Amino acid sequence: MKKDLKVNINGEYYEVSIEPNTTLIGLLRDELGLKGTKENCGVGRCGACTVLLEGKMVYACLILAMQVEGKKIQTIEGLGGENQLHPLQQSFIDHGAFQCGFCTPGMLMTAKGLLDENPNPSGEEVRKGISGNLCRCTGYVRIIEAILDVADKMRR
Amino acid sequence: MKNFEYFTPKNVEEACSLLDRYQEEAKIIAGGQSLLILMKNRLISPKYLIDIKGISQMDYIIFDKQEGLKVGALTTHRSIECSSLIQGNYPVLSEMETRLASIQIRNWGTVGGNLCHSEPAGDVAPVLIALKGKVRLRTKGEERIMLLEDFFKDYYESVLKPNELLVEIQVPKSDYPNGAAYAKLSLRENDMAIGGVAVVVEIDPPTGICRDTRIVMSAVGPTPIRAKKAEAEVIGRKKKDISPEAVAQSAKEEAQPISDSYASEDYKREMIGVLMKSVLNQAWNKAIGNRY
Repeated sequence: MKKDLKVNINGEYYEVSIEPNTTLIGLLRDELGLKGTKENCGVGRCGACTVLLEGKMVYACLILAMQVEGKKIQTIEGLGGENQLHPLQQSFIDHGAFQCGFCTPGMLMTAKGLLDENPNPSGEEVRKGISGNLCRCTGYVRIIEAILDVADKMRR
Repeated sequence: MKNFEYFTPKNVEEACSLLDRYQEEAKIIAGGQSLLILMKNRLISPKYLIDIKGISQMDYIIFDKQEGLKVGALTTHRSIECSSLIQGNYPVLSEMETRLASIQIRNWGTVGGNLCHSEPAGDVAPVLIALKGKVRLRTKGEERIMLLEDFFKDYYESVLKPNELLVEIQVPKSDYPNGAAYAKLSLRENDMAIGGVAVVVEIDPPTGICRDTRIVMSAVGPTPIRAKKAEAEVIGRKKKDISPEAVAQSAKEEAQPISDSYASEDYKREMIGVLMKSVLNQAWNKAIGNRY
C-alpha cells in the first residue's frame, strides 16, 4: 500500500505517494527523475549514490525513502549547474579528477559533506573522508588534489 | 526487495506494542545499513517493518562517574566516534568506530542495530564485551538487562526474543585503572574484520599486577569469543611475568575460524596470535598511562 511522503530536496518541497520498499535512490531517480545520483553496487560499498541528508553524507541505496520524511536532502542537482558550477565541480574539472564520471556525483557530495564539517582538512583527512567512495579510473590522487585545492582557496 | 507494511511508532512503548502484535512476522529497522542488504538479497522478507529510527528518546549518550556510560540504541556510530564524553572516558570505543565501515554508514547506522544484526565480525561487540558492557532489552510489559557477552547465540543470531527491543547499551565504570585496545585485520582499513581482538586490562596501581582482563576475539567463530585461557595467562601477573607467546598461543587455540574467500583457517588463527600480542601490549601501556 502506498504511503505519503513529504521531503525537501535541494530546497524544493516534494509530496509523493510511494511504496514502502522504495529506497531513497529509487525515490530520487525513478519517482522524481533526479538522475544525477548514480546507483552502482546497491549495498553500501561503492559510494556512487552518496547524498547529503541533513547535511551529512549517507548512501541513498541503503535508506528507505520513508525514512527521510520531513528531512532535507541535497543531491548533485543542488550543488551547482551548467551556468554556475560549485567550486568543487570546477576544481574537479581543473584537476582532471574524473574520467568515466560515474563516481563523480557521489564523490562531489562526499567532498561537500567533508568540507562542510571540516573546512581545513589535511591530505590524510581527505583520504579518510572519501574512503567510502570507490573510483576505478583516477587512482584518487587528482580527486584528493581537487578537494584540497578548494579548501585552500576557501581559506584565502 | 519485497514489499512490506510499514510502521513508524512514536516511542518505545508503541514500538514494543507493534512487535508484540506481529512477533516473528515483523522486523525492526533502525539505520538499516545491514538489514536492507539482507532484504535486497531476499535473505529475509519481513511482512511488517517497524521503523524506530525516528524515536529520538533512544538517541543519547550519558556518562556518570558512578554509573558509567549509557548509550541509547539509536545512537549512530558517528555520534559515538565524535562524542567528547566517549573520547574522554572510553576512547577505545571512539577509535573502534573510526574503522567501522565508511562515514556514510556511520552517519546513519546505529549501535543498537549493529549489535542486533549479530554479525560475528562486527567491531562494536568485542570492544563492549571486553568493557563488561550490558544491554537493556524491552518488551511490552517487561524489561531485562544482560551482559552483552550472553547476547549472541550463533551466526547472525542473538537471544533477542521476537517481541523484544534493544533499547540501551550500558558500560560500567571500572574501579581500577584500566586500558583498552582493539585491532582488526581487514582488507582495507574500513572493511569488515577478518579477525579482531579487543583487550581490557585492569591493573592494581601499587603492585602493577593485573587484577582482571577481558580478551575478546571477533570474526573467528559464530559469535564474539572470550579467550578465557588467554586471560588466565595474564590475570594475577605483572607485565614482566607475562609470556606474550603463551597468551597468543592460548588465543589461537580458543579461536574457531573457518576458511573463506578472505583467508584460510590457518592464516586467521595465526593472525589472531599476532593481533593478540600487539593489542595486549597496547592495552597494558594505556592502563599504566591511566594510573590515577
